[in-house]
Amino acid sequence: MNSRDIMAIASARLLQDHQRVLVGVGTPNIAANIAKRLHAPNLVMIYESGVIDAMPKKLPLSIGDGTLVDEALAVLPMGELFSHYLQTGWIDIGFLGAAQIDSRGNLNSTVIGPYTHPKVRLAGSGGAADIACHLPHTRDRFAPRLDFITSPGHPRHGAHPDGRGPWRVVTDLGVFGFDECGEMVCLALMPGHTYEEILDHSGWQIPRAAALEQVPEPSSREVQTLHALYSTLPGGGK
Amino acid sequence: MTIYLAGFSHLIPFAAGHELIRQRRQHLTLCRATPDLVYDQMIAAGVANRVVFSYAGNPGVGLLPAFRRAVETGQIAIDEYTHFEMVARLEAGAAGLPFWPLRSPATDLASYHAHHTVVCPYTGEEISTVPALVPDVTVVHVQAADEQGNLYVEGLVGEMREAALAARIVLATAEKIYPAGSFRSARSSLLLPGFRVSAVAAVPFGAHPSYAAGLYERDSAFYQAWTAIARDAEYCQRWLEEWIYGTENHQEYLAKLGQQKLDMLQMGEPHE
Repeated sequence: MNSRDIMAIASARLLQDHQRVLVGVGTPNIAANIAKRLHAPNLVMIYESGVIDAMPKKLPLSIGDGTLVDEALAVLPMGELFSHYLQTGWIDIGFLGAAQIDSRGNLNSTVIGPYTHPKVRLAGSGGAADIACHLPHTRDRFAPRLDFITSPGHPRHGAHPDGRGPWRVVTDLGVFGFDECGEMVCLALMPGHTYEEILDHSGWQIPRAAALEQVPEPSSREVQTLHALYSTLPGGGK
Repeated sequence: MTIYLAGFSHLIPFAAGHELIRQRRQHLTLCRATPDLVYDQMIAAGVANRVVFSYAGNPGVGLLPAFRRAVETGQIAIDEYTHFEMVARLEAGAAGLPFWPLRSPATDLASYHAHHTVVCPYTGEEISTVPALVPDVTVVHVQAADEQGNLYVEGLVGEMREAALAARIVLATAEKIYPAGSFRSARSSLLLPGFRVSAVAAVPFGAHPSYAAGLYERDSAFYQAWTAIARDAEYCQRWLEEWIYGTENHQEYLAKLGQQKLDMLQMGEPHE
């Protein structure tokens, strides 16, 4: 089990049955597919490529894979999905990856360094919208100030009033939420990691919840499900 | 000239993109929500001086090396949006309107291109807008066309229809061209009526290495191999020499791929 696998399993547990989730590329896609096969069989997986209620037989390599279409309830033009479903609030939760995050949950998946003279040019926004996010925990990535705001977090003064904005952040070190002011708080530690480690790997002092929890180790069922998913990849995965 | 090769991961008009490379076109503005490998190849070949896009990744693999290099060294200009903004730009173009209103999040992207809001005349609400995108030419690749140029698609359509309807000229490549009227009973899979399409060419495997649902799978091995090819500028030029400039046309490109490879993609990769 590498740290990405544990992140995928820990964030899969955050998804609830019957939720309509907009699934992003990378680890979120693995996590949503684990949740769907375990505790959330009625999870409605929505992909920005236009797929509504995907039931992929294989682990999709990308969000435009044919396996997402095969048993799907519907395939919509992208414009329709963004206009008629996302913009109007019919999607419960978004699940995204990013290169950088700050204390307000703003995400950067666009560029490292100045936008006009980038050090590393990343893929850019795509459909990054409602947010739950997911990234390896390092000082570069947990930054006091982002190089670029791709997806907005909580507004500068206070949290989003109506429950919108980022809800949970999952990294290889812990699980984080946001307090009533919209500031990030450490809620739980990943197996084998400490709060001190999180402070060492973050660009600002992330406060801890009064009752800091431990993320339970992956269960054998979770591990089996993940491996079964990987085995559907070309060449048996790895 | 502004070109849009449409299709989200699926039915990407690679054969058309390769032909633009062979013809050594230059100074094109290339638009695509997801530039994908097709624009990475075209950028590496020096076809583009501007890219209009919303997500520049190699789907399921990582980034686009030639695009990255060109942006990081300032060789191409970019005009960047979110997916929603990109399709909204096409909606405006397709509807013949100068702009499209949308609820778009306040991000740093807005500081890098003209960003105007309008006040709703009915409610007084302030709403973001994006300008219409009107490509000179949009190219689509479809599973089937008929002799009248009617185009039919199964599976993901992405932004194909809006990108085509927004364009002045629509060109199509099709896996196969059928007799007129063959699909009258399959009207829900019509992408565009023939009167909106300027020309259609039969180009089997015209979307390789992307896929055509029901006909052949994505060449995932090539998508994975592209990172190593494109990361090294010289290796990338050698690849273009061998596979694009070095082939007369798409049939030669397919012959070079080999029948065994094509058969494998048609059957789908074995599982379990």
